[in-house]
Formats: sequence, C-alpha cells, structure tokens
Amino acid sequence: MVNIEKQIDEQTGHYEIIVIGEVDASSSIHLDEALTTAMTESKHILVDLRGLDYISSAGLGVFMSNIQEIEAEGIRFVLFGMKEKVFEVFEILGLDQLLVIKKDKEEALEAVK
Amino acid sequence: MHQFKTSCAKEKLKEIRAFVAETLGNMGVSENECHKIILAVDEVCANLIIHSNQCDASEKLELFVEDHGDHCVIFEIIDHGKGFVYDSYKEPDLEEIIRSRKKGGLGIMLVRNIMDKVEFKIEKNRNICRMMKKF
Repeated sequence: MVNIEKQIDEQTGHYEIIVIGEVDASSSIHLDEALTTAMTESKHILVDLRGLDYISSAGLGVFMSNIQEIEAEGIRFVLFGMKEKVFEVFEILGLDQLLVIKKDKEEALEAVK
Repeated sequence: MHQFKTSCAKEKLKEIRAFVAETLGNMGVSENECHKIILAVDEVCANLIIHSNQCDASEKLELFVEDHGDHCVIFEIIDHGKGFVYDSYKEPDLEEIIRSRKKGGLGIMLVRNIMDKVEFKIEKNRNICRMMKKF
C-alpha cells in the first residue's frame, strides 16, 4: 500500500507530496489524485520519493500522463530522493530524461525555484 | 518448482510480489536484480488481472517459478481470461503516450526490457505467459 501526504512550505509556498510505500496498479490512483490536486493548487511542486520502495508502470504512467499539463501550465515539478532501485525503473523507460529528478531535497529546492 | 495461486484482484499483486521476492531470494538472486524481475512479473500479472479478467476475483491466476539451474529462472503465468495477443503488440512511442495521456503498453515495455525471453500463447481455454531470465 501507499501512503501519500502533502505539505505546503510556509516560507517558500512550495507544495510537497510525500510518497511512502509501494505504487502499483492497485494504488496508483492515490498518486494520481494527489498529483491532480497539487497541480490545481500550486505551480511549484516537489515530490519526495525517499520512502518509495516500489513503482510499477501504473505509477510511472501517472507522471507521464501529466507531463504535458505540467509543461503547458508552466509548473515547476521536481522529483527527489529516489532509491537506486526505483530510479532504475524510471531509467528503463527513459523517464529520467523527461522528468526533473534530483538526488536530495537541497537540489530539488534549487530546481523548483 | 514453486507455485502460487491467487484470484484476479489488483489487491493480490502485493502478495504475488512477496511470493516472487521470497522465491528469488532463496535462489540467491541479488536484491537489485530481484527488484526488476519482481516488477516484470507484477506487470504481466496486473495486465492479466485487469485486461484479461476485468478484475473478476472469481477468476484464478497461477504462477509457477522454476529454478532452471545455471543462474536461470523460468516463470509461467496461467489464466483463463481473454488472451493477450502478444504478436500484435507494438512498443508505444513515449511522446505519443505523453500527448494522448493514454498509458497503455508501458508495462509490457518494462517486461521486454527486463526479461531475456517473453512468450504468450493461448492454449485451449488457458493463456500461458512464459518468461526466462538469467541472473
């Protein structure tokens, strides 16, 4: 199962989605909902994936299907903190080239400005 | 031969992954390699559950894992739903997926990238997906 939390940084106003657990075909709907909400509420979105242990194509599809809108709306959208095994899955499909992915929160905060 | 039988519900994917993780762990597959193989099996099972069986929990899905020796593992996944015609599968264009927001085909793309051999066949009233992976 996946646990998704959101928080808005009081200082910067950045919207942060924190994903913990596993995103598969049964749980990707929660990621989709969280992302849709975030996109209506902010133009600066950080996705904290430090607690993500697993993602399948259903989860990758959530990011892919929103890329166009992210670009069209001028949203700064940054993923960070992925475990190596999770990053490899993004790499297999070449998604690492289509999304902004940073190693840690510090780099992510720089990129989302 | 290791065997796992479950019902065609998306919620069962987690159990399928746990079974594959344990089986591969006992075979001495490295954690990193294990993660990718689990993903490939999960993708096939998700496709069969959702597309072949429309998430009908009364339908069954069977998974067989065989240590073929010589650092080779063979998977067979059997269901009785609407078969997947693998021959007509075309690798999706990522740009097209982004444009159309249609996510189909990504899972099989992962499977083909991860596994060394992938076959789908429809035999009488059952569908068999056979995959081989060297580790």
